[in-house]
Amino acid sequence: MIQKIAYYKWWKITAVLLVFYAVVGGILLPVPARDILNETIRNLYYHVTMWFTMIFLLTVSLVYAVLHLMNYDLKRDTISVEAAKVGMLFASLGLLTGMLWAKYTWGAFWTNDPKLNGVAASLLVYSAYFLLRNSMDDEQKRARLSAVYNVFAYVMMNVFILIMPRLTSSLHPGNGGNPAFKSYDLDNQMRLIFYPAVIGWILVGLWILTIQLRKRLIENRLLV
Amino acid sequence: MKNKIFKILLACVIVIIANVQGFAQMQTEPEMADVMRSNGKIYVVVGVLSIVLTGIFIYLFVLDRKLTTIEKRLK
Repeated sequence: MIQKIAYYKWWKITAVLLVFYAVVGGILLPVPARDILNETIRNLYYHVTMWFTMIFLLTVSLVYAVLHLMNYDLKRDTISVEAAKVGMLFASLGLLTGMLWAKYTWGAFWTNDPKLNGVAASLLVYSAYFLLRNSMDDEQKRARLSAVYNVFAYVMMNVFILIMPRLTSSLHPGNGGNPAFKSYDLDNQMRLIFYPAVIGWILVGLWILTIQLRKRLIENRLLV
Repeated sequence: MKNKIFKILLACVIVIIANVQGFAQMQTEPEMADVMRSNGKIYVVVGVLSIVLTGIFIYLFVLDRKLTTIEKRLK
């Protein structure tokens, strides 16, 4: 199905327009003024959206891993691994933007915080997924084993990033007793830009996935 | 005795009200990038980011088209 939507242009143009709106509107339109955050509150549209995109892509990866286990079609396995790769790209972008943001608001690039450590742990879990794939030569076996591991990796990612930080004390907004940004956005100024930005960045992530996927499918056909 | 208590109470009320007045004027709004906005340079930031984004999206479009031609050739 992902292959089919790659041939339509309309959603790609929508993606470009929404991301431009997120950047231009995100910088020029008014935001709530808060201590410590000051103007960096606008990072909501660029840092948080990276994580939303990552979750979307890793969900696609999970869905195709499970679909692969149903009929052992290698194309589904290819979609699963490429989605995980692009998901890792957005995770790295989210991590780097978060670190820069932390330097100027918390005072350090990294803190010993459950959310940050959880993100690092999920990155390691998905890196192990790629290592596992590289360790096997037989295509069928590799696809099956990595599909099963994908399910566990997805669950662990959700636990490390979304569940555990909310159960303990964390400095990160939205976790461990800290207010999330929606409590600052009392008159919905930021949501006007945030929701379209999320959709725009998710579509960009999807576009990058379709390009990566089509390149990989072409390579596989040529090698065969 | 009653007079003294009233005087102390009045003094306390005056002190409290004076402090509230003082604090109300001490708290200012958090600083925002109004300097950049007032001298128009915020638009430079917008322009720079737009150039970067345009470059990235042009690259993606061109790559997309190249893949389509290769796929058509393979069929």
